[in-house]
Amino acid sequence: MARLEVLKTYKIFIGGQFPRTESGRYYPIKNKKGEVIANICLSSRKDFRNAVVTARWAFEGWRTRSAFNRSQILYRIAEMMEGRKEQFISEIVLQGSSLKAAKEEVELSIDRTVYYAGWCDKYQALFSSVNPVASSHFNFSVPEPTGVVAIIAHEDTSLLGLVTAIAPVIAGGNTCVVLASESKPFCAITISEVFNTSDLSAGVVNILTGNSAELHTHFSTHMDVNALIYYRNDKTEIKTIEENAALNVKRIFINNKINLSSAKSQSPYFIFDVQEIKTTWHPIENIGSSKGGY
Amino acid sequence: MTKKTKEPKLDFTTDWAYAPAPEDTKHISLKKQYDLFINGEFVKPNSKKYFATYNPATEEKIAEVAEADEKDVDTAVKAARKAFDKWSKISAKERGKYIYRIARLIQERAREFAVIETMDGGKPIRESRDIDVPLAANHFFYYAGWTDKLEYAFPNRTPKPLGVAGQIIPWNFPLLMAAWKIAPALATGNTVVLKPAETTSLTALKLAELIRDSGLPDGVVNIITGAGRTGTAIVKHPDINKIAFTGSTDVGKMIQKAIAGTDKKLTLELGGKAANIIFEDAPIDQAVEGIVNGIFFNQGHVCCAGSRLFVQESVADVVIRKLKDRMETLIVGDPLDKNTDIGAINSKEQLSKINNYLKIGKEEGADIYQSSCSILGKGYFCKPTLFLNASQSHRVVQEEIFGPVLTVQTFRTIEEVIEKANNIPYGLSAGVWTDKGSKIFNLTSKLRAGVVWANTYNKFDPTSPFGGYKESGFGREGGLHGLMPYLKF
Repeated sequence: MARLEVLKTYKIFIGGQFPRTESGRYYPIKNKKGEVIANICLSSRKDFRNAVVTARWAFEGWRTRSAFNRSQILYRIAEMMEGRKEQFISEIVLQGSSLKAAKEEVELSIDRTVYYAGWCDKYQALFSSVNPVASSHFNFSVPEPTGVVAIIAHEDTSLLGLVTAIAPVIAGGNTCVVLASESKPFCAITISEVFNTSDLSAGVVNILTGNSAELHTHFSTHMDVNALIYYRNDKTEIKTIEENAALNVKRIFINNKINLSSAKSQSPYFIFDVQEIKTTWHPIENIGSSKGGY
Repeated sequence: MTKKTKEPKLDFTTDWAYAPAPEDTKHISLKKQYDLFINGEFVKPNSKKYFATYNPATEEKIAEVAEADEKDVDTAVKAARKAFDKWSKISAKERGKYIYRIARLIQERAREFAVIETMDGGKPIRESRDIDVPLAANHFFYYAGWTDKLEYAFPNRTPKPLGVAGQIIPWNFPLLMAAWKIAPALATGNTVVLKPAETTSLTALKLAELIRDSGLPDGVVNIITGAGRTGTAIVKHPDINKIAFTGSTDVGKMIQKAIAGTDKKLTLELGGKAANIIFEDAPIDQAVEGIVNGIFFNQGHVCCAGSRLFVQESVADVVIRKLKDRMETLIVGDPLDKNTDIGAINSKEQLSKINNYLKIGKEEGADIYQSSCSILGKGYFCKPTLFLNASQSHRVVQEEIFGPVLTVQTFRTIEEVIEKANNIPYGLSAGVWTDKGSKIFNLTSKLRAGVVWANTYNKFDPTSPFGGYKESGFGREGGLHGLMPYLKF
C-alpha cells in the first residue's frame, strides 16, 4: 500500500510561535484544477494587535543587538533558506509558477537576504554625519530604527516579496508585522519556520495571512505602529492608509512601483526609509590657551 | 551641640535697577501695507482683504498684510511652476551664487531684520539679533554651497528636484523658519510658495523685498500671507509637489490626512514636550542655566523647549532652589530692551492658551511657582512659571504648552527616567546633564528623540539636522539630511 502523505497545516507566526488565527476563520487555496490544496488562516484584527504587542516587546532587544550580530542572524536566515530551497521551490510551483521561475525566485530571495546581511553594520557609516557646527560643540547624527513597522507585502509573489520587504526593515533594527500575499501564502509559513530557527528573537518578525481589504485599516490605524510599507496597487487602500497614518504621524512608504526582480529593488535606501536621524550635541571644553600638539 | 546649618538664601532686594537699554527702531523701514510677493513683484490680493499685524508687547498695530485666497495661491503656484523649468535647469554653480547673495544681503541688513522680528513677534532683541537673524543668514550660506555638490551627498543616486514646494511656517522663529524652508528647497533646484504665520508676516515680507533686490529669477520664491484658509489652499493645490510644514501636531496631522492619496511629498516638524534630565553628578550651576535656557528661551515658544524637567531626587532640593533664584533674576518686559530675558507672548490667543494651562495645572494639583517680577500692564506677558510636584499623567506634563512654563518631576533610577521621558507621543528633543560620558551615551541612545543636547540645550546650527521621532513629525531640516526631503532619486 502506498504511503499516505502527511499534509502540512498552515498557521500564522506571532511572537516566535505558530498559533492559528484567534478568529478560527480560514480561506481555501485551490490548484489549477480547482481542488482545495490548503486551508489558510484568515487573520483578524485581534491577531494583528497581538502581533504588534509582541513586535513592540521585541523592539528594544533587537535594536540594541550589535549590528554585527544582526548581520550574522540575517546571514543565518539565508543559510536556513538555502537548506529549504527545494521546499520553497515546490511550494512556489504548487502556487502556479514554472519550475524555472520558482528556482530563480528562491535563489534571488536567498541572495537578497545575504545582501542585506552585509548591510547591517554598514548603512550607519553611509547615513551618519559629523556636523561641523559653528559653536564650540561636538555634534553628530546617526540613524536609529523607527520602531514597529507594519508591512503589507507584494501580492504576486510568495517568497521574493516577503524577503524584499522584511530584510531591510530588520537589518535596520526594526521589528515588523507582515501581511503575506493572500493568493500565494505558502512560503510565508515556511519562511516563518526559517526565521524561527535562525536565532532571530521571537517577535522581531510576525507574519499573518489574510485579506488586505479587511486588514489595511487596522494596520494603518494602530497607534503603536510607527511606519507602514505597502507593496500593492489598490488606490483606495493607499488613500485610506495615508489618511489613517495621520492619527499618530505614521511614516508611510508606498513601494508599488518597484520591480522585485530588478537590482533597484534592493538598496540601503530601503533600510534608510525606516530609520530616524538622531543628532547629539555636546560642548567642547576650551580651556585657556591649550592647543593641540602634533 | 549640633549647629543647624542655615540654607543660604540670596537677597534680591536692592535699590539698583537696570537702566533702560532700548534698541533704536528709527533705522528700519516698514510700509503701512504689504501685498503678496508673487512672480518677483508685490501684487494686490485677489481677495482685496488685508489684516493687521500687532506688536504683542504694546498691542499697537504695526502694519497691514494682504490675505491670500485660493486664487492668489493658484497664481503663486503657477508662477513657481513656470519658474521651475528655468530654475531647475540653470547650472548648479549659478544657482548657488544666487543663494549666496541672499545670505549676504541678510547679513548686511541684519539689524533691521532683528528689530522688525522683535517688534512683530515679541522675542527679546538679544535673541533676534544674536540667534534668529544670524542663523537665518548662515542657513542660506550653508545650503548655497550644496547646489553643485549634491551627487556627493547620496552615493549611487542621481538626485533630482521635486518641483514646486509649498511651505508653511510658524510664528515662533519667523525669519529663521523661512530660511530653514527656502534655503534647502532652492539649493536642490525646487521653487517655492511660502506662507508665514499670520501674526508674524513682516520679516518674511522683508525677505521678499530682499529676494526681489537680489536678482533671483521671478517666481522662484513666492511669499504669500494669510491664515489657515491660505495654508489649506496651499496644501490642497494640485500642482504642488511637496509640502513642508512646521507647526502644531494637530495641524500637521490635518495636513498629512489632506494630502492622502496624492503624490505630494511631506515633511512635518511638529510639537514636542522634551525631557530635560538632571543627574546628581551634573554640574549643577551649568545645568540650572541649561534649564533656564531650555524653557525660557523665546518665552518657551519653542517646539524643542525643555518643558519637562526631571531631577534626580538626591539633588532635587538644591536644583530647585537654585532654579528659583535664577528665575528671580530674569527680566521680563520690553522685548526691544537689550537687557530683557523674556519678551512678550506672541499673541493674545497664545497668552490665553498658556493661562488656561496654568489653571489646568493648578486644578490637577501641581504646585505653581512664579518669579516675583512685575509684568507690564499693556501687551501680552507671562511670568516664568514652574509646576512643582507634577506627575506623569498631568495634562501640563503630557501636552505642549508653548509658553514659559516648566513642569518638575523627580526620579531615582536611570531606568525610571528613561521610561518617563519616553512615555509621551512626542519625540523631538531631550536634554541630559551629567559629568559621566558613559551615562550620556546610554541616555542618548535610549531617548526616542531627534535631537539630544548633552550638557547643553537649545543649540542650533545650519549643519546640524533637526527633526522629530513619533508624533513630532518626520524628515530633517539642516545639514546633509536636510537636502533629502527636497529630492527624488
